[in-house]
Amino acid sequence: MSWAWVEVKPNENDLMHPGHLACQGCGATIAARLALKVLGRKAVFVIPASCWSVIDGAWPQHALQIPVFHTAFETAAIAATGIRAALDMKGKHDVHVVAWAGDGGTFDIGLQALSGAAERNENIIYITYDNEAYMNTGIQRSSSTPLGAWTTTTPDERPEDKPKKNMMEILAAHRVPYAATASIAYPDDFIRKLKKATQVKGFRFIHLFSPCPPGWKMASNLSVRSARLAVETKIFPLYEIEDGEVYTITHWPKGLPVEEYFKLQGRFKPVLKDPDRLAYIQRYVETQWEKLVRLHEASHGYLPEEARATIRSAI
Amino acid sequence: MKLIEKSQYTVLKGNYAVAHGVRLARVEVISAYPITPQTTIAEKLADMTATGELKARFITVESEHSAISAVIASSLAGARSFTATASQGLALMHEMLHWATGARAPVVMVNVNRALAPSWNIWTEQTDSLAQRDTGWIQIYNESNQEVLDTTILAFKIAERVYLPTMVVLDAFILSHTSEPVEIYPQELVDEFLPPYEHPNAINFDDPRAIGAFARPEYYMEFRYNIQKAHEEALRVFKEETELFADMFGRKYDTVEEFMLDDADYVLVLAGSTATTAKYAVAQLRERGEKVGIMRIKLFRPFPVEDVRRVLSGRKKVAVIDRNVSFGHSGIFYMETRAAMYGAKDRPPIFGYVAGLGGRDVRPQDIIDIYEDMKRREEPENIIWKGVRV
Repeated sequence: MSWAWVEVKPNENDLMHPGHLACQGCGATIAARLALKVLGRKAVFVIPASCWSVIDGAWPQHALQIPVFHTAFETAAIAATGIRAALDMKGKHDVHVVAWAGDGGTFDIGLQALSGAAERNENIIYITYDNEAYMNTGIQRSSSTPLGAWTTTTPDERPEDKPKKNMMEILAAHRVPYAATASIAYPDDFIRKLKKATQVKGFRFIHLFSPCPPGWKMASNLSVRSARLAVETKIFPLYEIEDGEVYTITHWPKGLPVEEYFKLQGRFKPVLKDPDRLAYIQRYVETQWEKLVRLHEASHGYLPEEARATIRSAI
Repeated sequence: MKLIEKSQYTVLKGNYAVAHGVRLARVEVISAYPITPQTTIAEKLADMTATGELKARFITVESEHSAISAVIASSLAGARSFTATASQGLALMHEMLHWATGARAPVVMVNVNRALAPSWNIWTEQTDSLAQRDTGWIQIYNESNQEVLDTTILAFKIAERVYLPTMVVLDAFILSHTSEPVEIYPQELVDEFLPPYEHPNAINFDDPRAIGAFARPEYYMEFRYNIQKAHEEALRVFKEETELFADMFGRKYDTVEEFMLDDADYVLVLAGSTATTAKYAVAQLRERGEKVGIMRIKLFRPFPVEDVRRVLSGRKKVAVIDRNVSFGHSGIFYMETRAAMYGAKDRPPIFGYVAGLGGRDVRPQDIIDIYEDMKRREEPENIIWKGVRV
């Protein structure tokens, strides 16, 4: 028996070092690594209870090369606000204060503080890395869990029967200056959006799609592919909303059938066995997508050519 | 002319005394959510920050949970930080009270003692703050509006020396909404007493740290030990700073206040504004030749065990009057006093009285009744209800 050694050297410019505690194929680590390429060293991460409470390392270890402030589950937005206030009082205006929260800490328990900070237009960047369930506690449903999915609290016999909460619409209703969806499978798109966010003042929100191989019952080499399929099936569209009103779709998907996305993941096994539910989900995705396309059209006054191919019904 | 001679004398409600204490402490970040009877603290501080009288950021949050979370974060990021609440608001903060201690955020909070619901009740009772006993906060109780202002300033000094959050407690309405003469000190003198705030672990990009990271069993216990050591240190720091405060401002506070105790056989123990009523009653009893005095507990956490033993040892009888209750046992100051006296030499019998819950008046005659009841009783009881209709 022989061992293959791979020497892992941290890149000097990489602000996330090896030795973190994430699972293989974790989307949330790809997410942080990409985010820090944009944010640089003058950034603070505020991390509520979530996978990242663990990923960064146990005291006294710390995988990120920026200050990290851990906080309680429901307090990401307000703790970031508090840090921003202190730094502003000290005249340190050149720091990005970033709330870095999971979907549970954003869609569910953290929604109240998030709404407060968004409504007051606090000058922070809020990034939710969304893996669509409480993964850190072992895969329980959150209000981000998609229609048809298995989790330990929505077992195969009674899978998730409600669609994912639409956080972007909630943020849009707060009229925040910038909100965007992004995916770890589209790094250029994510980096462009985060750069744009850093140039805006006020409350900025990024909903970042971030697969979880163990939670989604899939192999760890499928993270990027599954994230890409979520976009190309129109399940997770890439778009941005400025001032709560101007909608821009930033990637026009191929419009693949939702099955293509579902069949990579064990969590959708119950849906794949249920043609009626599958058809229902496909219709639901089409309806949601059309609504979004119309918002894009209303915002810009026209649709690009590639948009038309993505819509089944005639516009 | 000495600086202290530049003081201004005015008439202030307790809540405004708090606001002036916060202003004089040059607080930099404030976050608060309105709740009766705390609201006028938030209003006054909003005014002060709006006019620039106090250069601070006021964060108007959507809940008390967020108010405390904001100031823990701002405190750890290097800004002197303050919040205020009462009752339900304090109960909602509970999770973050532990967080403040664990993260060693020297936040100062004022809690206006108010009864907990149901039934809805906005009047004074100490159960809200005492129920937070084990969160690791320093807790200081007050009897007058001057003491409230002084203690607010002192609280920052003590908190920032030992890196422990500190709660300043005053009674709903009896102090918060009652006007009393208050001396407001000149800013320069308070600046001499209270230097600018710094936190050694404040955000530093040259030495980036993870603050509040998870700790495995091999480390967690040491963090807890350090918090206990900080509380022990806080007891010494409290003594030092109250001494210094007395030298600079002319008012002397201690962990416990002793009133007419020199030759007293009997001692009434209590905290908060009820002490004023009790002092009036005790003065009357003294005129009748009764050898009775008062020990008012000012510092509740860390608990001043040595001072309590020194004051109470050798007395004939002690009555603790609690405006609070720990259901299933007794009043909380009673419980703490008894625990401190266990094993002390010449330990007197200690009687537990519960009175004035939900803001019911505790009048001088009630204090006299309690004194006479204690004198008459032979066996101590844990919980004797004063003035309850059954």
